[in-house]
Amino acid sequence: MSDWWNALFDFSDYGALLALLHNSILAGAVLGIAGGLIGVFVMTRDLAFAVHGISELSFAGAAAGLLFGVGVVEGSIIGSLAAALIIGLLGSRARERNSITAVLMPFGLGLGILCLALYPGRASTKFGLLTGQIVAVDDPQLGWLAFVCGVVVLGLLVVWRPLSFASLDPEVAAARGVPVRGLSIVFMLLLGLAVAASIQIVGALLVLSILVTPAAAALRISSSPLWVPLLSMAFALVSLVGGILLALGSSVPISPYVTTISFLIWGVCVLASRRRKDRRTLVAREVAA
Amino acid sequence: MRDAELRLGARTLWSGLDLDVAPGEFVAVLGANGSGKTSLLRAILGQHPLAAGEIRFAGEPVHRGDRRIGYVPQQRGQDPAMRIRGRDLVRLGVDGERWGPGWPSAARRAHVDGLLEAVGATHYARVPVSLLSGGEQQRLRIGQALAGDPLLMLCDEPLGSLDLRAQRVVSELIDRHRAERGFGVLFVTHDVNPVLGMVDRVLYLAGGRFRIGTADEVLTSEVLSELYQAEVDVIRTHGRVIIVGAPDHSHHEHEHHGGAA
Repeated sequence: MSDWWNALFDFSDYGALLALLHNSILAGAVLGIAGGLIGVFVMTRDLAFAVHGISELSFAGAAAGLLFGVGVVEGSIIGSLAAALIIGLLGSRARERNSITAVLMPFGLGLGILCLALYPGRASTKFGLLTGQIVAVDDPQLGWLAFVCGVVVLGLLVVWRPLSFASLDPEVAAARGVPVRGLSIVFMLLLGLAVAASIQIVGALLVLSILVTPAAAALRISSSPLWVPLLSMAFALVSLVGGILLALGSSVPISPYVTTISFLIWGVCVLASRRRKDRRTLVAREVAA
Repeated sequence: MRDAELRLGARTLWSGLDLDVAPGEFVAVLGANGSGKTSLLRAILGQHPLAAGEIRFAGEPVHRGDRRIGYVPQQRGQDPAMRIRGRDLVRLGVDGERWGPGWPSAARRAHVDGLLEAVGATHYARVPVSLLSGGEQQRLRIGQALAGDPLLMLCDEPLGSLDLRAQRVVSELIDRHRAERGFGVLFVTHDVNPVLGMVDRVLYLAGGRFRIGTADEVLTSEVLSELYQAEVDVIRTHGRVIIVGAPDHSHHEHEHHGGAA
Protein backbone atom coordinates (compact mmCIF):
# COMPACT_ATOMS: atom_id res chain seq x y z
CA MET A 1 0.00 0.00 0.00
CA SER A 2 2.74 2.45 0.98
CA ASP A 3 4.61 1.45 -2.19
CA TRP A 4 1.62 2.50 -4.21
CA TRP A 5 1.34 5.71 -2.28
CA ASN A 6 5.01 6.50 -2.90
CA ALA A 7 4.59 5.76 -6.59
CA LEU A 8 1.64 8.15 -6.75
CA PHE A 9 2.81 10.97 -4.51
CA ASP A 10 6.46 11.62 -3.77
CA PHE A 11 7.33 15.16 -2.83
CA SER A 12 10.98 14.65 -1.77
CA ASP A 13 13.39 16.98 -3.60
CA TYR A 14 10.32 18.81 -4.82
CA GLY A 15 12.03 22.17 -5.20
CA ALA A 16 14.76 20.75 -7.42
CA LEU A 17 12.20 18.91 -9.55
CA LEU A 18 10.10 22.01 -9.87
CA ALA A 19 13.04 23.98 -11.24
CA LEU A 20 13.80 21.15 -13.63
CA LEU A 21 10.25 20.80 -14.90
CA HIS A 22 9.03 24.36 -15.05
CA ASN A 23 8.73 23.91 -18.82
CA SER A 24 6.11 21.20 -18.29
CA ILE A 25 4.14 23.50 -16.04
CA LEU A 26 4.23 26.31 -18.58
CA ALA A 27 3.14 23.86 -21.26
CA GLY A 28 0.24 22.79 -19.07
CA ALA A 29 -0.81 26.39 -18.50
CA VAL A 30 -0.71 27.27 -22.19
CA LEU A 31 -2.65 24.17 -23.15
CA GLY A 32 -5.17 24.80 -20.37
CA ILE A 33 -6.02 28.22 -21.75
CA ALA A 34 -6.42 27.03 -25.36
CA GLY A 35 -8.20 23.80 -24.45
CA GLY A 36 -10.60 25.43 -22.02
CA LEU A 37 -11.49 28.11 -24.54
CA ILE A 38 -12.13 25.83 -27.51
CA GLY A 39 -14.00 23.40 -25.26
CA VAL A 40 -16.86 25.88 -24.96
CA PHE A 41 -17.51 25.60 -28.70
CA VAL A 42 -16.98 21.83 -28.66
CA MET A 43 -19.91 21.70 -26.23
CA THR A 44 -22.23 24.17 -27.99
CA ARG A 45 -21.55 22.56 -31.37
CA ASP A 46 -22.00 19.09 -29.91
CA LEU A 47 -18.61 17.85 -31.13
CA ALA A 48 -17.39 15.78 -28.16
CA PHE A 49 -17.43 12.55 -30.13
CA ALA A 50 -15.73 14.20 -33.10
CA VAL A 51 -12.92 15.33 -30.77
CA HIS A 52 -12.31 11.71 -29.85
CA GLY A 53 -12.27 10.72 -33.51
CA ILE A 54 -9.80 13.47 -34.41
CA SER A 55 -7.51 12.44 -31.55
CA GLU A 56 -7.29 8.82 -32.78
CA LEU A 57 -6.26 9.94 -36.25
CA SER A 58 -3.85 12.39 -34.67
CA PHE A 59 -2.39 9.44 -32.76
CA ALA A 60 -2.01 7.57 -36.05
CA GLY A 61 -0.20 10.58 -37.49
CA ALA A 62 2.09 10.84 -34.47
CA ALA A 63 2.89 7.11 -34.62
CA ALA A 64 3.61 7.34 -38.33
CA GLY A 65 5.78 10.40 -37.65
CA LEU A 66 7.73 8.37 -35.12
CA LEU A 67 8.13 5.40 -37.45
CA PHE A 68 9.23 7.36 -40.49
CA GLY A 69 11.34 9.82 -38.52
CA VAL A 70 9.24 12.83 -39.57
CA GLY A 71 8.60 13.80 -35.97
CA VAL A 72 5.78 13.06 -33.55
CA VAL A 73 4.55 16.64 -33.45
CA GLU A 74 4.43 17.12 -37.22
CA GLY A 75 2.75 13.74 -37.65
CA SER A 76 0.10 14.41 -35.04
CA ILE A 77 -0.73 17.82 -36.52
CA ILE A 78 -1.09 16.35 -40.01
CA GLY A 79 -3.28 13.52 -38.69
CA SER A 80 -5.45 15.93 -36.68
CA LEU A 81 -5.98 18.38 -39.50
CA ALA A 82 -6.82 15.59 -41.96
CA ALA A 83 -9.40 14.11 -39.59
CA ALA A 84 -10.85 17.53 -38.75
CA LEU A 85 -11.22 18.37 -42.45
CA ILE A 86 -12.86 15.04 -43.30
CA ILE A 87 -15.34 15.34 -40.44
CA GLY A 88 -15.95 19.03 -41.17
CA LEU A 89 -16.52 18.57 -44.90
CA LEU A 90 -18.57 15.37 -44.84
CA GLY A 91 -20.50 15.72 -41.63
CA SER A 92 -22.48 18.93 -41.51
CA ARG A 93 -25.38 17.20 -39.74
CA ALA A 94 -24.89 15.63 -36.33
CA ARG A 95 -25.95 12.14 -37.41
CA GLU A 96 -23.64 12.04 -40.44
CA ARG A 97 -20.84 13.44 -38.34
CA ASN A 98 -21.20 10.75 -35.72
CA SER A 99 -21.11 7.94 -38.24
CA ILE A 100 -18.07 9.42 -40.02
CA THR A 101 -16.31 9.81 -36.67
CA ALA A 102 -17.15 6.23 -35.73
CA VAL A 103 -15.70 5.02 -39.03
CA LEU A 104 -12.51 7.10 -38.73
CA MET A 105 -11.80 6.25 -35.10
CA PRO A 106 -10.94 2.53 -35.28
CA PHE A 107 -9.16 3.11 -38.59
CA GLY A 108 -6.90 5.72 -36.99
CA LEU A 109 -6.27 3.66 -33.89
CA GLY A 110 -5.44 0.58 -35.97
CA LEU A 111 -3.09 2.53 -38.21
CA GLY A 112 -1.36 3.98 -35.17
CA ILE A 113 -0.94 0.56 -33.55
CA LEU A 114 0.52 -0.79 -36.78
CA CYS A 115 3.09 2.02 -36.93
CA LEU A 116 4.02 1.55 -33.28
CA ALA A 117 4.37 -2.22 -33.71
CA LEU A 118 6.83 -1.64 -36.54
CA TYR A 119 8.74 1.04 -34.61
CA PRO A 120 11.89 -0.42 -33.06
CA GLY A 121 12.41 2.29 -30.41
CA ARG A 122 11.53 2.60 -26.72
CA ALA A 123 8.22 1.23 -25.54
CA SER A 124 7.46 4.13 -23.16
CA THR A 125 7.46 6.60 -26.05
CA LYS A 126 4.89 4.44 -27.83
CA PHE A 127 2.67 4.11 -24.80
CA GLY A 128 2.97 7.83 -24.09
CA LEU A 129 1.21 8.79 -27.32
CA LEU A 130 -1.93 7.05 -26.13
CA THR A 131 -1.95 7.80 -22.43
CA GLY A 132 0.33 10.78 -21.90
CA GLN A 133 3.90 11.08 -20.73
CA ILE A 134 6.06 11.93 -17.78
CA VAL A 135 8.93 13.23 -19.81
CA ALA A 136 10.09 16.78 -19.33
CA VAL A 137 9.05 19.23 -22.04
CA ASP A 138 12.16 20.70 -23.66
CA ASP A 139 12.46 24.26 -24.97
CA PRO A 140 11.68 23.63 -28.66
CA GLN A 141 8.72 21.46 -27.66
CA LEU A 142 7.38 24.20 -25.40
CA GLY A 143 7.96 26.68 -28.21
CA TRP A 144 5.79 24.88 -30.74
CA LEU A 145 3.15 24.06 -28.13
CA ALA A 146 2.90 27.76 -27.25
CA PHE A 147 2.76 28.61 -30.96
CA VAL A 148 -0.03 26.13 -31.74
CA CYS A 149 -2.04 27.15 -28.68
CA GLY A 150 -1.50 30.81 -29.59
CA VAL A 151 -2.90 30.20 -33.07
CA VAL A 152 -5.93 28.45 -31.54
CA VAL A 153 -6.65 31.24 -29.06
CA LEU A 154 -6.12 34.08 -31.53
CA GLY A 155 -8.13 32.29 -34.21
CA LEU A 156 -11.01 31.79 -31.78
CA LEU A 157 -10.96 35.43 -30.70
CA VAL A 158 -11.18 36.60 -34.32
CA VAL A 159 -14.19 34.41 -35.18
CA TRP A 160 -15.73 34.51 -31.68
CA ARG A 161 -18.96 36.41 -32.35
CA PRO A 162 -19.95 34.95 -35.73
CA LEU A 163 -18.93 31.47 -34.54
CA SER A 164 -21.13 31.86 -31.45
CA PHE A 165 -23.99 33.07 -33.64
CA ALA A 166 -23.55 30.19 -36.09
CA SER A 167 -23.25 27.63 -33.27
CA LEU A 168 -26.18 28.81 -31.17
CA ASP A 169 -28.62 30.12 -33.75
CA PRO A 170 -27.58 28.84 -37.21
CA GLU A 171 -30.76 29.82 -39.08
CA VAL A 172 -30.80 33.47 -38.07
CA ALA A 173 -27.01 33.62 -38.40
CA ALA A 174 -27.30 32.47 -42.02
CA ALA A 175 -30.07 35.01 -42.60
CA ARG A 176 -27.74 37.71 -41.29
CA GLY A 177 -25.05 36.67 -43.73
CA VAL A 178 -22.74 34.81 -41.34
CA PRO A 179 -20.69 32.31 -43.41
CA VAL A 180 -21.94 29.34 -41.37
CA ARG A 181 -20.30 26.64 -43.46
CA GLY A 182 -16.94 28.39 -43.82
CA LEU A 183 -16.80 29.04 -40.07
CA SER A 184 -17.52 25.40 -39.40
CA ILE A 185 -14.45 24.37 -41.43
CA VAL A 186 -12.27 27.03 -39.78
CA PHE A 187 -13.42 25.81 -36.39
CA MET A 188 -12.64 22.18 -37.24
CA LEU A 189 -9.09 23.17 -38.24
CA LEU A 190 -8.56 25.07 -34.97
CA LEU A 191 -9.96 22.06 -33.13
CA GLY A 192 -7.51 19.79 -34.97
CA LEU A 193 -4.62 21.97 -33.77
CA ALA A 194 -5.89 21.93 -30.18
CA VAL A 195 -6.21 18.14 -30.29
CA ALA A 196 -2.66 17.74 -31.64
CA ALA A 197 -1.35 19.94 -28.81
CA SER A 198 -3.33 18.06 -26.14
CA ILE A 199 -2.06 14.67 -27.29
CA GLN A 200 1.52 15.62 -26.45
CA ILE A 201 0.60 16.11 -22.79
CA VAL A 202 -2.29 13.81 -21.89
CA GLY A 203 -2.24 11.30 -24.75
CA ALA A 204 -4.74 10.48 -27.48
CA LEU A 205 -7.16 8.53 -25.29
CA LEU A 206 -7.56 11.28 -22.69
CA VAL A 207 -7.89 14.41 -24.84
CA LEU A 208 -11.54 14.79 -23.85
CA SER A 209 -10.49 15.56 -20.27
CA ILE A 210 -9.06 18.87 -21.52
CA LEU A 211 -11.28 19.72 -24.48
CA VAL A 212 -14.65 18.68 -23.06
CA THR A 213 -14.74 18.13 -19.28
CA PRO A 214 -13.79 21.70 -18.20
CA ALA A 215 -16.31 23.31 -20.57
CA ALA A 216 -19.00 20.82 -19.56
CA ALA A 217 -18.34 21.71 -15.92
CA ALA A 218 -18.47 25.46 -16.65
CA LEU A 219 -21.77 25.11 -18.53
CA ARG A 220 -23.21 23.33 -15.51
CA ILE A 221 -22.84 26.33 -13.26
CA SER A 222 -23.18 29.29 -15.64
CA SER A 223 -24.91 30.29 -18.86
CA SER A 224 -23.20 33.67 -19.18
CA PRO A 225 -21.27 34.16 -22.44
CA LEU A 226 -18.49 35.78 -20.43
CA TRP A 227 -18.22 33.43 -17.46
CA VAL A 228 -18.50 30.11 -19.27
CA PRO A 229 -15.26 30.56 -21.27
CA LEU A 230 -13.44 32.09 -18.28
CA LEU A 231 -14.46 29.27 -15.95
CA SER A 232 -13.71 26.63 -18.56
CA MET A 233 -10.20 28.02 -19.04
CA ALA A 234 -9.67 28.18 -15.26
CA PHE A 235 -10.83 24.57 -14.83
CA ALA A 236 -8.59 23.27 -17.64
CA LEU A 237 -5.66 25.25 -16.28
CA VAL A 238 -6.13 23.94 -12.72
CA SER A 239 -6.49 20.37 -13.98
CA LEU A 240 -3.35 20.49 -16.11
CA VAL A 241 -1.04 22.48 -13.87
CA GLY A 242 -2.35 20.72 -10.74
CA GLY A 243 -1.93 17.36 -12.41
CA ILE A 244 1.62 18.14 -13.47
CA LEU A 245 2.54 19.41 -9.98
CA LEU A 246 1.18 16.25 -8.35
CA ALA A 247 2.86 14.01 -10.90
CA LEU A 248 6.31 15.60 -10.66
CA GLY A 249 7.75 13.27 -8.05
CA SER A 250 5.83 10.15 -9.02
CA SER A 251 6.65 7.42 -11.48
CA VAL A 252 3.16 7.58 -13.00
CA PRO A 253 2.23 9.55 -16.18
CA ILE A 254 0.66 13.00 -15.82
CA SER A 255 -2.63 11.95 -17.36
CA PRO A 256 -4.36 10.16 -14.44
CA TYR A 257 -3.82 13.21 -12.24
CA VAL A 258 -5.15 15.57 -14.89
CA THR A 259 -8.20 13.44 -15.68
CA THR A 260 -9.01 12.93 -12.00
CA ILE A 261 -8.81 16.63 -11.14
CA SER A 262 -10.91 17.62 -14.14
CA PHE A 263 -13.46 14.94 -13.28
CA LEU A 264 -13.64 16.11 -9.66
CA ILE A 265 -14.21 19.71 -10.78
CA TRP A 266 -17.01 18.51 -13.02
CA GLY A 267 -18.51 16.51 -10.15
CA VAL A 268 -18.51 19.54 -7.86
CA CYS A 269 -20.14 21.64 -10.61
CA VAL A 270 -22.86 19.04 -11.14
CA LEU A 271 -23.67 19.06 -7.42
CA ALA A 272 -23.65 22.87 -7.38
CA SER A 273 -25.87 23.07 -10.45
CA ARG A 274 -28.52 20.84 -8.84
CA ARG A 275 -28.97 23.37 -6.09
CA ARG A 276 -28.96 26.25 -8.56
CA LYS A 277 -31.50 24.61 -10.82
CA ASP A 278 -34.01 24.25 -7.99
CA ARG A 279 -33.66 27.94 -7.29
CA ARG A 280 -33.87 28.87 -10.98
CA THR A 281 -36.98 26.87 -11.70
CA LEU A 282 -38.51 28.70 -8.78
CA VAL A 283 -37.53 32.06 -10.27
CA ALA A 284 -38.90 31.05 -13.66
CA ARG A 285 -42.17 30.00 -12.07
CA GLU A 286 -42.49 33.29 -10.24
CA VAL A 287 -41.79 35.15 -13.47
CA ALA A 288 -44.43 33.16 -15.31
CA ALA A 289 -46.97 33.67 -12.55
CA MET B 1 -41.09 40.56 -56.41
CA ARG B 2 -41.53 40.30 -60.16
CA ASP B 3 -42.53 37.22 -62.12
CA ALA B 4 -40.71 35.08 -59.56
CA GLU B 5 -40.39 31.34 -59.94
CA LEU B 6 -38.95 29.00 -57.35
CA ARG B 7 -37.94 25.40 -57.90
CA LEU B 8 -36.96 22.76 -55.39
CA GLY B 9 -35.16 20.08 -57.38
CA ALA B 10 -37.41 19.23 -60.32
CA ARG B 11 -40.53 20.57 -58.64
CA THR B 12 -41.75 24.09 -59.31
CA LEU B 13 -43.16 25.47 -56.07
CA TRP B 14 -44.64 28.57 -57.66
CA SER B 15 -44.07 30.74 -60.71
CA GLY B 16 -45.15 34.09 -62.10
CA LEU B 17 -45.42 35.49 -58.60
CA ASP B 18 -45.72 39.29 -58.39
CA LEU B 19 -45.77 40.65 -54.87
CA ASP B 20 -45.17 44.11 -53.48
CA VAL B 21 -44.95 44.70 -49.77
CA ALA B 22 -45.24 48.38 -48.91
CA PRO B 23 -43.65 49.87 -45.77
CA GLY B 24 -46.00 49.27 -42.85
CA GLU B 25 -48.02 46.66 -44.71
CA PHE B 26 -48.97 43.37 -43.05
CA VAL B 27 -49.16 40.46 -45.50
CA ALA B 28 -50.09 36.98 -44.31
CA VAL B 29 -48.71 34.04 -46.30
CA LEU B 30 -51.03 31.05 -46.15
CA GLY B 31 -51.08 27.68 -47.81
CA ALA B 32 -50.64 23.96 -47.48
CA ASN B 33 -47.51 22.34 -46.11
CA GLY B 34 -44.87 22.13 -48.83
CA SER B 35 -46.44 24.91 -50.90
CA GLY B 36 -43.25 26.96 -50.65
CA LYS B 37 -44.05 29.40 -47.84
CA THR B 38 -40.75 28.98 -46.01
CA SER B 39 -38.90 28.84 -49.35
CA LEU B 40 -40.43 32.22 -50.20
CA LEU B 41 -38.80 33.69 -47.08
CA ARG B 42 -35.52 31.94 -47.91
CA ALA B 43 -35.61 33.48 -51.39
CA ILE B 44 -36.14 36.96 -49.95
CA LEU B 45 -33.23 36.34 -47.56
CA GLY B 46 -31.07 35.60 -50.60
CA GLN B 47 -30.51 32.00 -49.53
CA HIS B 48 -32.52 30.33 -52.26
CA PRO B 49 -31.95 31.60 -55.82
CA LEU B 50 -35.00 32.05 -58.01
CA ALA B 51 -35.40 29.98 -61.18
CA ALA B 52 -36.82 33.04 -62.90
CA GLY B 53 -37.80 36.62 -62.12
CA GLU B 54 -36.30 38.82 -59.47
CA ILE B 55 -36.75 40.08 -55.93
CA ARG B 56 -35.83 43.64 -55.15
CA PHE B 57 -35.62 45.11 -51.69
CA ALA B 58 -35.37 48.87 -51.12
CA GLY B 59 -34.54 49.30 -54.80
CA GLU B 60 -31.79 46.69 -55.08
CA PRO B 61 -31.74 42.95 -55.78
CA VAL B 62 -31.84 41.01 -52.52
CA HIS B 63 -28.59 39.64 -51.15
CA ARG B 64 -27.54 37.51 -48.22
CA GLY B 65 -27.15 39.07 -44.82
CA ASP B 66 -29.09 42.31 -45.29
CA ARG B 67 -29.45 43.73 -41.78
CA ARG B 68 -32.58 45.60 -42.78
CA ILE B 69 -34.51 42.36 -43.13
CA GLY B 70 -35.55 40.97 -39.75
CA TYR B 71 -36.14 37.23 -39.50
CA VAL B 72 -38.12 35.30 -36.90
CA PRO B 73 -37.41 31.61 -37.64
CA GLN B 74 -39.74 28.69 -37.07
CA GLN B 75 -39.50 27.44 -33.48
CA ARG B 76 -37.76 24.12 -33.04
CA GLY B 77 -37.74 22.27 -29.76
CA GLN B 78 -34.07 21.39 -29.70
CA ASP B 79 -32.28 24.52 -30.83
CA PRO B 80 -28.88 24.96 -29.25
CA ALA B 81 -30.12 28.49 -28.58
CA MET B 82 -32.34 27.03 -25.86
CA ARG B 83 -29.32 26.72 -23.59
CA ILE B 84 -28.42 30.41 -23.47
CA ARG B 85 -30.09 33.27 -21.60
CA GLY B 86 -32.73 35.44 -23.20
CA ARG B 87 -30.61 38.58 -23.35
CA ASP B 88 -27.78 36.68 -25.04
CA LEU B 89 -30.19 35.51 -27.73
CA VAL B 90 -31.24 39.12 -28.38
CA ARG B 91 -27.59 40.19 -28.31
CA LEU B 92 -26.76 37.82 -31.17
CA GLY B 93 -29.07 39.93 -33.30
CA VAL B 94 -27.27 43.15 -32.33
CA ASP B 95 -23.71 42.36 -33.40
CA GLY B 96 -23.49 38.58 -33.80
CA GLU B 97 -22.27 38.78 -37.39
CA ARG B 98 -19.29 41.02 -36.67
CA TRP B 99 -15.76 39.67 -36.33
CA GLY B 100 -13.77 39.76 -33.12
CA PRO B 101 -14.59 38.72 -29.58
CA GLY B 102 -16.98 41.61 -28.81
CA TRP B 103 -15.70 42.69 -25.40
CA PRO B 104 -18.40 43.81 -22.96
CA SER B 105 -19.55 47.37 -23.72
CA ALA B 106 -22.01 49.75 -22.11
CA ALA B 107 -23.43 50.88 -25.47
CA ARG B 108 -24.32 47.35 -26.49
CA ARG B 109 -25.77 46.56 -23.07
CA ALA B 110 -28.01 49.62 -23.40
CA HIS B 111 -29.06 48.54 -26.92
CA VAL B 112 -29.97 45.04 -25.70
CA ASP B 113 -31.81 46.47 -22.69
CA GLY B 114 -33.81 48.72 -25.00
CA LEU B 115 -34.81 45.79 -27.23
CA LEU B 116 -35.79 43.65 -24.22
CA GLU B 117 -37.88 46.54 -22.95
CA ALA B 118 -39.54 46.97 -26.36
CA VAL B 119 -40.79 43.37 -26.38
CA GLY B 120 -41.55 43.23 -22.65
CA ALA B 121 -38.90 40.60 -21.90
CA THR B 122 -36.84 42.54 -19.36
CA HIS B 123 -37.88 40.62 -16.27
CA TYR B 124 -36.99 37.18 -17.63
CA ALA B 125 -33.94 38.17 -19.69
CA ARG B 126 -31.50 36.36 -17.39
CA VAL B 127 -33.37 33.06 -17.39
CA PRO B 128 -32.17 30.37 -19.84
CA VAL B 129 -34.42 30.24 -22.91
CA SER B 130 -35.27 26.58 -22.31
CA LEU B 131 -37.12 27.47 -19.09
CA LEU B 132 -39.39 30.02 -20.81
CA SER B 133 -42.82 29.50 -22.34
CA GLY B 134 -43.28 29.49 -26.11
CA GLY B 135 -44.73 33.00 -26.06
CA GLU B 136 -41.84 34.37 -24.02
CA GLN B 137 -39.37 32.74 -26.41
CA GLN B 138 -41.13 34.35 -29.39
CA ARG B 139 -40.89 37.78 -27.77
CA LEU B 140 -37.13 37.32 -27.49
CA ARG B 141 -37.02 36.25 -31.14
CA ILE B 142 -38.89 39.41 -32.11
CA GLY B 143 -36.49 41.48 -30.01
CA GLN B 144 -33.59 39.82 -31.79
CA ALA B 145 -35.11 40.57 -35.20
CA LEU B 146 -35.76 44.21 -34.25
CA ALA B 147 -32.05 44.67 -33.46
CA GLY B 148 -31.18 45.51 -37.08
CA ASP B 149 -33.87 48.25 -37.34
CA PRO B 150 -35.60 46.25 -40.08
CA LEU B 151 -37.58 47.69 -42.99
CA LEU B 152 -39.11 44.29 -43.59
CA MET B 153 -39.92 41.58 -41.07
CA LEU B 154 -40.11 37.94 -42.13
CA CYS B 155 -41.91 35.70 -39.65
CA ASP B 156 -42.03 31.93 -40.21
CA GLU B 157 -44.92 30.36 -38.30
CA PRO B 158 -44.35 32.62 -35.28
CA LEU B 159 -47.57 31.34 -33.71
CA GLY B 160 -46.85 27.63 -34.15
CA SER B 161 -47.18 25.64 -30.92
CA LEU B 162 -48.50 28.63 -28.96
CA ASP B 163 -51.75 28.64 -27.00
CA LEU B 164 -54.48 31.07 -28.05
CA ARG B 165 -53.58 33.74 -25.52
CA ALA B 166 -49.89 33.67 -26.47
CA GLN B 167 -50.88 33.75 -30.16
CA ARG B 168 -52.73 36.98 -29.58
CA VAL B 169 -49.95 38.54 -27.49
CA VAL B 170 -47.25 37.69 -30.02
CA SER B 171 -49.19 38.79 -33.09
CA GLU B 172 -50.21 42.05 -31.39
CA LEU B 173 -46.57 42.67 -30.46
CA ILE B 174 -45.49 42.30 -34.09
CA ASP B 175 -48.38 44.46 -35.25
CA ARG B 176 -47.62 47.19 -32.71
CA HIS B 177 -43.98 47.44 -33.80
CA ARG B 178 -45.07 47.39 -37.44
CA ALA B 179 -47.27 50.42 -36.76
CA GLU B 180 -44.63 52.23 -34.68
CA ARG B 181 -41.60 51.56 -36.85
CA GLY B 182 -43.37 51.28 -40.19
CA PHE B 183 -41.77 48.08 -41.44
CA GLY B 184 -43.53 45.67 -43.79
CA VAL B 185 -44.42 42.23 -42.45
CA LEU B 186 -44.54 38.90 -44.28
CA PHE B 187 -46.20 36.55 -41.85
CA VAL B 188 -46.21 32.85 -42.71
CA THR B 189 -48.94 31.00 -40.86
CA HIS B 190 -51.24 28.05 -41.37
CA ASP B 191 -54.01 29.66 -39.36
CA VAL B 192 -55.05 33.17 -40.38
CA ASN B 193 -57.48 33.76 -37.53
CA PRO B 194 -55.11 35.19 -34.89
CA VAL B 195 -54.00 37.89 -37.38
CA LEU B 196 -57.24 38.29 -39.33
CA GLY B 197 -57.87 41.75 -37.87
CA MET B 198 -54.34 42.95 -38.73
CA VAL B 199 -53.64 41.72 -42.23
CA ASP B 200 -53.78 44.15 -45.12
CA ARG B 201 -53.46 41.41 -47.71
CA VAL B 202 -53.19 37.66 -47.95
CA LEU B 203 -50.95 35.59 -50.21
CA TYR B 204 -52.37 32.10 -50.55
CA LEU B 205 -50.09 29.41 -52.04
CA ALA B 206 -51.44 26.02 -53.06
CA GLY B 207 -50.60 23.43 -55.68
CA GLY B 208 -48.16 25.68 -57.57
CA ARG B 209 -50.83 28.39 -57.89
CA PHE B 210 -51.33 31.47 -55.78
CA ARG B 211 -53.74 34.31 -55.14
CA ILE B 212 -53.07 37.73 -53.62
CA GLY B 213 -55.66 40.09 -52.25
CA THR B 214 -57.47 41.19 -49.14
CA ALA B 215 -58.63 38.45 -46.79
CA ASP B 216 -62.20 38.91 -48.03
CA GLU B 217 -61.16 38.51 -51.65
CA VAL B 218 -58.93 35.47 -51.21
CA LEU B 219 -60.55 33.49 -48.42
CA THR B 220 -63.65 32.41 -50.29
CA SER B 221 -64.87 28.98 -51.32
CA GLU B 222 -64.55 29.82 -55.03
CA VAL B 223 -60.97 31.10 -54.88
CA LEU B 224 -59.63 28.30 -52.68
CA SER B 225 -61.48 25.60 -54.62
CA GLU B 226 -59.81 26.89 -57.75
CA LEU B 227 -56.38 27.02 -56.08
CA TYR B 228 -56.63 23.51 -54.70
CA GLN B 229 -58.51 22.16 -57.72
CA ALA B 230 -60.80 20.50 -55.23
CA GLU B 231 -64.02 21.21 -53.38
CA VAL B 232 -63.02 23.57 -50.56
CA ASP B 233 -65.49 25.35 -48.30
CA VAL B 234 -64.71 28.56 -46.46
CA ILE B 235 -66.98 29.11 -43.52
CA ARG B 236 -67.11 32.45 -41.76
CA THR B 237 -68.47 32.41 -38.28
CA HIS B 238 -68.12 34.87 -35.37
CA GLY B 239 -65.43 36.76 -37.27
CA ARG B 240 -63.36 33.63 -37.78
CA VAL B 241 -62.48 31.82 -40.96
CA ILE B 242 -62.66 28.04 -41.13
CA ILE B 243 -61.35 26.24 -44.19
CA VAL B 244 -62.83 22.82 -44.77
CA GLY B 245 -61.64 20.24 -47.26
CA ALA B 246 -58.26 21.67 -48.26
CA PRO B 247 -55.87 18.72 -48.76
CA ASP B 248 -53.33 18.35 -45.90
CA HIS B 249 -54.41 21.72 -44.55
CA SER B 250 -57.82 21.10 -43.09
CA HIS B 251 -56.31 18.89 -40.42
CA HIS B 252 -54.48 21.79 -38.79
CA GLU B 253 -57.50 24.01 -38.95
CA HIS B 254 -59.67 21.47 -37.22
CA GLU B 255 -57.10 21.00 -34.54
CA HIS B 256 -56.95 24.71 -33.85
CA HIS B 257 -60.62 25.27 -33.75
CA GLY B 258 -61.14 22.18 -31.67
CA GLY B 259 -58.83 23.84 -29.15
CA ALA B 260 -60.71 27.11 -29.39
CA ALA B 261 -64.14 25.65 -28.79
